[in-house]
Amino acid sequence: MHYYLGVDIGSVSSNFVLMDQYGIIREKVYLRTLGNPVKAIKEGFAQIKSRQGEQLDIQGVGTTGSGRHLADVLLGADVVKNEITAHAVAASALFPGVRTIIEIGGQDSKIIILKNGIVQDFAMNTVCAAGTGSFLDQQAARLSIAIEDFGDYAVRSRQGIRIAGRCGVFAESDMIHKQQMGYPAEDIIMGLCEALVRNYLNNVAKGKKIEEPIVFQGGVAANAGIKKAFEKVLNSQVQVPEPYEVMGAIGAAMLAQEEREQSQAPGNYRGDDFIMEGEFKSSSHECKGCPNLCEVVCIKRNQEILAYWGDRCKKWENSINRQDKLQVI
Amino acid sequence: MKVTFPHMGNAHIPIKTLLKGLQLEVIPPPPISKRTMELGVKYSPEFACLPLKVNMGNFIEAIEAGADTIVMAGGWGPCRFGYYAQVERDILENLNYDFRMVILEAPDSRLSELLKQVKSLGENVSLWEAWKAIRFAWYKLNAVETLEKQFEYYLPRAIDKDEIERIFDEGLENIDRTDRREEVNDYTNMCLKKMHEQPCHNQPILRIGLVGEIYTILEPATNYDVARYMGRLNAEVTRSIYMSEWVNDHLLGGWIKKSRHAEIINCASPYLNYWVGGHGRETVGYTVDFARKQYDGVVQIGPLTCMPEIVAQSVLEKVSKREKIPCMTMYFDEHSGQTGIYTRLEAFIDMLQRKSYLQSSVSQEKPIIAGI
Repeated sequence: MHYYLGVDIGSVSSNFVLMDQYGIIREKVYLRTLGNPVKAIKEGFAQIKSRQGEQLDIQGVGTTGSGRHLADVLLGADVVKNEITAHAVAASALFPGVRTIIEIGGQDSKIIILKNGIVQDFAMNTVCAAGTGSFLDQQAARLSIAIEDFGDYAVRSRQGIRIAGRCGVFAESDMIHKQQMGYPAEDIIMGLCEALVRNYLNNVAKGKKIEEPIVFQGGVAANAGIKKAFEKVLNSQVQVPEPYEVMGAIGAAMLAQEEREQSQAPGNYRGDDFIMEGEFKSSSHECKGCPNLCEVVCIKRNQEILAYWGDRCKKWENSINRQDKLQVI
Repeated sequence: MKVTFPHMGNAHIPIKTLLKGLQLEVIPPPPISKRTMELGVKYSPEFACLPLKVNMGNFIEAIEAGADTIVMAGGWGPCRFGYYAQVERDILENLNYDFRMVILEAPDSRLSELLKQVKSLGENVSLWEAWKAIRFAWYKLNAVETLEKQFEYYLPRAIDKDEIERIFDEGLENIDRTDRREEVNDYTNMCLKKMHEQPCHNQPILRIGLVGEIYTILEPATNYDVARYMGRLNAEVTRSIYMSEWVNDHLLGGWIKKSRHAEIINCASPYLNYWVGGHGRETVGYTVDFARKQYDGVVQIGPLTCMPEIVAQSVLEKVSKREKIPCMTMYFDEHSGQTGIYTRLEAFIDMLQRKSYLQSSVSQEKPIIAGI
């Protein structure tokens, strides 16, 4: 049996998916990145290994998310792709004919419009992260409700309270005001969900025509209150895939499979021992080559230098990867 | 008198030549670096747009390097830029720097006036020498642009992108250094030949139009070099603004070469019929023009809070639908999160590549008229 590994290293969560050659998801792991992506990658891989309990024949690796280049260095990826493409690929495989993808993650929110399985248009939040998972997390913590139960609270509400959705700071002060007036927590939370949906539709999805079928994915899709609010505002049905939180990783795994099946060259996967046995360290130094004073990051495994990045002139970056890069092309 | 001026992409090469030709000692500001940005941001009003902040950084660093006279462009109209020279002078005076500022106002279509302004800048230069200086600067500008355009062509096609970049940068340096016309020719041709000899791949090439505000387009330090980034993803980028065209249209009144300006303004109609300042109308016009030339997509860039580009952006949505060209807008300000910018660009290019791949496989079944 051949397997493909999909890895999505996001700002808040790190997700791993093990897919077999028939496209069936064998394992999925959802971890908090907790500010340490190297550790999260090791941990996620270890979990998959221990659950499978056998020697895995990994044929290809795909990485996505804002930490995709780091994951590439640690694992050896065949495909390093942006989140938009990864999410679109996964959603159109699970829901053929999907027209709109709503994706809300930890720091990013995006809308993707598809036609015949091809991305036609997309948008990502630009300036403000008010409507994303981090903000919900923060509010749940403030109300001392577990984030997993946040959505259930909202769904229990019969009437959402009007909360300002323009900005996270305004939303929070509005919520505190409403809470001091004595409104029940359920109604306030539902009000917050509706505010976030309004914020999303006005900022991210502005001007885009949202057509059914609509798929809602990303970590925030766990929140039933947000789903309900979307259905209410859009007046249409919103579907949440079962593996909603790892859709990016699934897309990455599928892209890796596509790439490996087309390519004759050997895969880039560096092997189980490389990630499991090695001691990974990152360090940074200020390059004094020019007034830019770039902060150059160096990723090391034991004593071997794997990659440099962060330099504008690519002097450091190219000192390691140049030959590899030419061979890939 | 030691003269300096603000950076704007490769414009420093012809500007330096012009000022040297006027028998002035030139001290160009050091290349834009993190320090330039830090200085600029520290001493500029927070709500001013990025060009003002970078200018400020340039001036302070140039004065530190010994410059005592600043040459800056003026302007007029709804774009705030027209007032920047005055604001910058005020700020620098408040910081107790000792300098003189010369503001060149765009004469708009009166060549004699430009000549007079340029001559008055120089010390004891005749009108003839001033004219010669302008001519040589113009010559260098065109050489620089020839290289830029060829670079835009070869970067997406070359296999070794680093080498192409190195050849291009080296060519610019050579042109910058020389004071002789024949050598400008030699260096240009040598650089073109080297680029031409680089091995190319035969993967499909996307064509992207880059439109927006002039400073953000011309100065790679303010836009995270989006043009090179897209080039490295096998997309050929054509800019809406090239320095020579701007000089020709606005300073020389379309006197030297044939201008497409009127045509572009016509393209903007009926979407945007009013001059909204800056390059707002040109942004719309060029987007229509790129769409009609079958480009794959358009990327609009500008500094955050740029009013003319905001107006254009809201119009582009309609243009995008009617002319059937995907558009994406990006605003830049002082921040270092490159990943977000590159993720969006990569996703945009990915989308266009998949689209064009689909279209090409459709057109293979039904061949359309060849030779477009």
